[in-house]
Amino acid sequence: MSTRAKELIALGAITLFALSFYLNKVWGRGTFEFPTWLSAVVIALIGLSLLWILVLTLKGRLIERRVVFVYVGFAVALPLFMSFSQKITISPEVYQLHDALMELPAGSKVLISFDYDPPSAPELQPMAESIIRVCFEKDLKVIVMGLWPQGPQQANLALEKVFQDSAIVAKNLQYGKDYVNLGFQAGNEFVIQRMGSSFESMFPSDYEGTPYKEIPLVRNVRNFSNVDFSVNLSAGFPGTVEWVQIAVDRYGLPMGAGNTAVQAPVMYAYLNAGQLEGLLGGMSGAAEFEAVAEYQAKGTKFMLSQSFAHVVVIAFVIIGNVAFFRSGRKSKLRGN
Amino acid sequence: MEHFALWLSAFLTLGILSFLYKDNPWYKLSEAVFVGISAGFWFVTLFWDNLVGKFWDGWQDEPMLWVGAALGFLMLLRLVPRIGWISRWPLAFIVGATSGLWLMNYLASNIMVQVQATIQPLFSTSYASGPDAGWGAIVGSLVIVVGTFTGLVYFYFSKEHKGAFGATARVGIFFIMITFGASFGYTVMSRMSLLIGRIDFLLGDWLGLIN
Amino acid sequence: MRQEIPLLITAIVGIGFVIQYFIPHWPFSRMSDWFSDWFSIVGACAIILGALNLLKMSIEKTYRRKEDWGYAAVIIGTFLLMTVIGIAEGRGFRNPGTSFDWLYNYVYIPLSATMFAILAFFVASASYRAFRARNFEATLLLIAAFFVMIGRVPVGHTLSSFMPVGWQLSDLASWVMTYPQTAGQRAIMIGIGLGIVSTSLRIILGLERAHIGGGK
Repeated sequence: MSTRAKELIALGAITLFALSFYLNKVWGRGTFEFPTWLSAVVIALIGLSLLWILVLTLKGRLIERRVVFVYVGFAVALPLFMSFSQKITISPEVYQLHDALMELPAGSKVLISFDYDPPSAPELQPMAESIIRVCFEKDLKVIVMGLWPQGPQQANLALEKVFQDSAIVAKNLQYGKDYVNLGFQAGNEFVIQRMGSSFESMFPSDYEGTPYKEIPLVRNVRNFSNVDFSVNLSAGFPGTVEWVQIAVDRYGLPMGAGNTAVQAPVMYAYLNAGQLEGLLGGMSGAAEFEAVAEYQAKGTKFMLSQSFAHVVVIAFVIIGNVAFFRSGRKSKLRGN
Repeated sequence: MEHFALWLSAFLTLGILSFLYKDNPWYKLSEAVFVGISAGFWFVTLFWDNLVGKFWDGWQDEPMLWVGAALGFLMLLRLVPRIGWISRWPLAFIVGATSGLWLMNYLASNIMVQVQATIQPLFSTSYASGPDAGWGAIVGSLVIVVGTFTGLVYFYFSKEHKGAFGATARVGIFFIMITFGASFGYTVMSRMSLLIGRIDFLLGDWLGLIN
Repeated sequence: MRQEIPLLITAIVGIGFVIQYFIPHWPFSRMSDWFSDWFSIVGACAIILGALNLLKMSIEKTYRRKEDWGYAAVIIGTFLLMTVIGIAEGRGFRNPGTSFDWLYNYVYIPLSATMFAILAFFVASASYRAFRARNFEATLLLIAAFFVMIGRVPVGHTLSSFMPVGWQLSDLASWVMTYPQTAGQRAIMIGIGLGIVSTSLRIILGLERAHIGGGK
């Protein structure tokens, strides 16, 4: 059978499987969860297969990269069916951000800048939902804006999620009085620079077109001096670095940050220098904040997959290095 | 409509993932859709939020916005080959503004504040207090001072890395390797997080297999 | 004059922002506000220029029936679809329930998120094939990476729960991030900062002319 025919058959089989699972979902079948014994069997199988890959690699046969892809896929997908409880250790910088929000008196204005797009949502969206939830629980006023064009829409998604909680709905929060979405403006760090003198000049209206002066929450907010705290959720440029350089260092705005794991290491220098009041780094930071806010959501749910994925990557690195050292020793012996 | 939306999202998601097998027309189609939709998204957002929301809503209070609009128009003339050279003027404005702002921001925040944060009392918790720092804090402060100083010595390439200078630079590279290792670890965490989000969509929102 | 006027613009604007940092009062504050507002509009036009350029190139590719012109036609179609819908929706184009929001949630989000998600596979494959502890520095890098990767996830606590508090993997990962990693980051940050300051100064003084098509 030709490769093309095999590919088409595989595609057809996948489509049929997907259709059957989807129809089962539509007809109200519940979700599927591994019992503990099955989870243990799956973990043992993955471990044994990794050992087999080690043996193959020692024999000089580097496995094809698609096999590595399959392992990564399983490492991420299979834990989503498991239900191990796991302790989430909370870092000091996460406590710092939570405490900073807790110390704000009711009615304080918190500026949350959504500087990320959908690819970074798995890491930053749980942070956004938790932080907004904490703000609403503490009766803090939330001003949302974005330096990335997708930011305001991600903010809307986070607000929608938070408003599914009956405790938050019971507070009867009003748009324009308790929270507002100012939208996005192009200009990167120059937006922050301009906001330092006048919010209204940079955001003449909110994201729906309501004039700034007609929004009760912000009509008396002239610039950063009228904001009590800020949280920046950032996936790159423009983001936390620009906010620290301008809003924190020039205008004295107290600020905490949530970053993707790629750029979180850089922020530790700002944290150590006192330029940041708290830092959430990546999905683990999101899970830690959920733990300290006593609210379990996607950040916590995904940590098991994260654990498995890390173990698999480390296993592959070790396997590759074991083979490297062994081949190095063999060539030395041959040389002697 | 929800069924169609979920299947469309799944089709596009799997199209991109099919690249892992090999480059194929399904991936190329998904990629082309992504490019077109992204460009359209940016165009619409900038049109409403910036050109209308900032310029058109704001020019009556701030007539000088017309200068910005004129510069923006000159930028768009790059599309016309014969007079495209005029787009150098708004480009020069952008480069000049960025250079001026970055010069001071990086000097203040990334150099001076960072140096100040490194030069802190080793045995005290503040300048006002006596030697009251615990062993953990003392060791931590020493690590930061030594690591920052030796790291900077490593980046000084105007002098040959020999003798005491070379040994200092070698300590610096150790700290930088730890930094890169931590960055690598966090990068793996970040990439895996993105994949977890997509797999959650496929198995949860689309197929309903997980909660 | 084609080079001199842009150089003059760069210098005036750059020096303006530097002066404004030290004298944040009128007239320099006003000048800074104007420049920031103009930057916002020009920046938007620069991105719109990119989108229009993409459209122009795709139209040309389709018209001349070059290789893979069909995909260029898809680019044109989807761009026009998103643009026309977005402009027609008016100011509330982002509101939940609009067609623009539907396209954002069910087309844009899956595509953009998956584009970056496949990097997870490549990082694992690259680590297996290329990440070798060839010398002491590389070994140090690997060890730091292992500490951070294991310590930042719950499995790190599970593996080291028998250790006293303060010495578990999560605590060690936290210590690595807070002290030696910060020190290295700070050194890199200061080095990059010095580079940016000197390059910015060269650009403002007209010694760097790459942005206007000239040499040094």
